[in-house]
Amino acid sequence: MSEVLVLVDHVDGAVRKPTYELLTIAKRLGEPSAVFIGEAGKAADVAEKVKAYGAEKVYVVDDAQIKGYLVAPKAEALQQVAEKVSPAAILIPSSAEGKEIGARLAIKLESGLITDAVDVQEGGVATQSVFAGNYTLTGKVTKGTPIITVKPNSATPEESAGAGTVEEFAATISDAAKTAQIVASQPRKATGRPELTEAAIVVSGGRGTGGNFEPIEGLADALGAAVGASRAAVDSGWMPHSFQVGQTGKTVSPQLYVANGISGAIQHRAGMQTSKTIVAVNKDEEAPIFELVDFGVVGDLHTVLPAATEEINKRKG
Amino acid sequence: MNIVVCVKYVPDATADRQFESDNTVDRVGVDGLLSELDEYAVEQALQLKEKLGEDTEVTALTIGPEKAVDAVRKALQMGADKGIHVSDEAIAGSDYVATSLVLAKAIEKAGSPDVVMCGMASTDASGGVVPAMLAERLGLPQVTLASVVEAQGDQVRIKRDGDTATEVIGGTLPLVLSVTDQSGEARYPSFKGIMAAKKKPMETWSLSDIGVDASEVGLDAAWTAVEETTARPPRTAGEIVTDEDGSGATALTEFLASKKFI
Ligand SMILES: Cc1cc2nc3c(=O)[nH]c(=O)nc-3n(C[C@H](O)[C@H](O)[C@H](O)COP(=O)(O)OP(=O)(O)OC[C@H]3O[C@@H](n4cnc5c(N)ncnc54)[C@H](O)[C@@H]3O)c2cc1C
Ligand SMILES: Nc1ncnc2c1ncn2[C@@H]1O[C@H](COP(=O)(O)O)[C@@H](O)[C@H]1O
Repeated sequence: MSEVLVLVDHVDGAVRKPTYELLTIAKRLGEPSAVFIGEAGKAADVAEKVKAYGAEKVYVVDDAQIKGYLVAPKAEALQQVAEKVSPAAILIPSSAEGKEIGARLAIKLESGLITDAVDVQEGGVATQSVFAGNYTLTGKVTKGTPIITVKPNSATPEESAGAGTVEEFAATISDAAKTAQIVASQPRKATGRPELTEAAIVVSGGRGTGGNFEPIEGLADALGAAVGASRAAVDSGWMPHSFQVGQTGKTVSPQLYVANGISGAIQHRAGMQTSKTIVAVNKDEEAPIFELVDFGVVGDLHTVLPAATEEINKRKG
Repeated sequence: MNIVVCVKYVPDATADRQFESDNTVDRVGVDGLLSELDEYAVEQALQLKEKLGEDTEVTALTIGPEKAVDAVRKALQMGADKGIHVSDEAIAGSDYVATSLVLAKAIEKAGSPDVVMCGMASTDASGGVVPAMLAERLGLPQVTLASVVEAQGDQVRIKRDGDTATEVIGGTLPLVLSVTDQSGEARYPSFKGIMAAKKKPMETWSLSDIGVDASEVGLDAAWTAVEETTARPPRTAGEIVTDEDGSGATALTEFLASKKFI
């Protein structure tokens, strides 16, 4: 069986959940191999993690020459691993960076690229959700090695023991790839809440919060949810851009999405329309968000949310 | 200095976007316009020009069907100096790989600019991959997804809000730059701008003008194939209650409990 390369999504060696989802998908296409581009000293820890989700091999590319630069060296390293193992497919997390790596790799390997897949099945048939979630596409790569970037939450990680054999891979990084320098980097502060794109429940607030996100955060914590925001809330400086849901923010597809004081503009829908269950609280019964909901409350979020939070906390005991 | 800003003509996101029977995006039956996200690219190109001086020339470049010229025209109205429209029947149905090939060749013919400016993503495909592909093809530094752009001499620095960190990225001209919708509101064309745009130079190039063979582009040459497009079934109407004296909170809690979210 051919290997399927999975680019490990991690922060300083801490493996992120989409990696396990990608490994689970990789099993449908062949034999999963993880590619870890990071500090070689952390490879053993990473291997331990990914082998529990079926990784037979773990290619380790030390990032000493890579980490100071944007995207291009990573694409080069991945190209070299791919040329060595001739994989059946390459799966990459569909983050902004992942998509750019996939883009460069497609040109390098003369291979087709599918971005933002929400599912990949046997034979490499990928599903995408397009036009703000109004259409579903299925498609395939028809030339070269399929390169597919896959969105978070596209599969339920399935544990399965792999060998997790570590193989050091010495990549040669060209000077041409070292032209966009990372001059400074400020890691995002942890919120103590689930990661927005990974969360099973997302509670969002918009302009209707008037800048007071306490009711949103209170409900989020009662439900164990991540907090999201509309662009209006971000543009007003109430929440950082990393919380934005929508076309130019994050796409989320949780089990439950609760939109509060959000009108439901097409650009916002683009980021949440595929959520399994949608709930909205809005004081305007004509708000377009109500066209999407499974359940809606016409009311003031500043009274409805705190009261609901209290009832939920009471029920939980 | 020369700046080429890549602008895409896209179906209006607020209209009912649809697919053709061959599963390509319907670019004719649905009203189109300059992709909103590329307005930010035009804006940043114009701001660079303002910073770097009058001898800077901004060229708006699009690839697309006949009507795509509207995207270039809008960029000219906003203040770009020149327009290039690459149009050829053979291009229809191209994927990212072919689009980036045609763009790269057109950029070379346009005289190897100092800055290739792009939007963060197109509002129809929303791949956000063409700028990285251009950097790869042109062998230029990739300084992408800028929320802030600073330029001094031949140095460009941007702020990039990544998934796990906020970074400052630096590069030396020439380079490929892309900007997000956080980079600052795009200007509206003024009446003067609209009038002036009518007299600005505009060129239309075919594939042979840029030295691309028709067999390298279009639907048949694509390295990916769409097999099926399905409209999302309309959501079944949900239950909507009006809050009165706390009834909304109770109903909401009941609903969440009935779905086992509590
Ligand atoms: C290129 C482009 C990209 C964009 N990308 C995004 C994106 O990624 N994400 C995004 O969200 N938007 C995006 N937008 C913006 C989008 O078009 C909308 O402007 C935005 O989503 C509106 O945010 P909102 O719903 O919070 O505000 P509004 O549209 O102003 O709605 C506020 C809502 O709150 C309700 N309300 C007010 N007070 C209360 C109260 N006390 N209790 C309950 N309800 C109340 C009102 O009835 C109203 O429905 C983008 C726009 C463009 C042009
Ligand atoms: N057909 C096109 N013509 C001109 N520019 C384009 C075209 N397609 C993509 N671009 C540029 O590439 C950016 C990213 O597009 P995409 O990768 O398709 O999301 C856009 O914001 C444009 O700047």
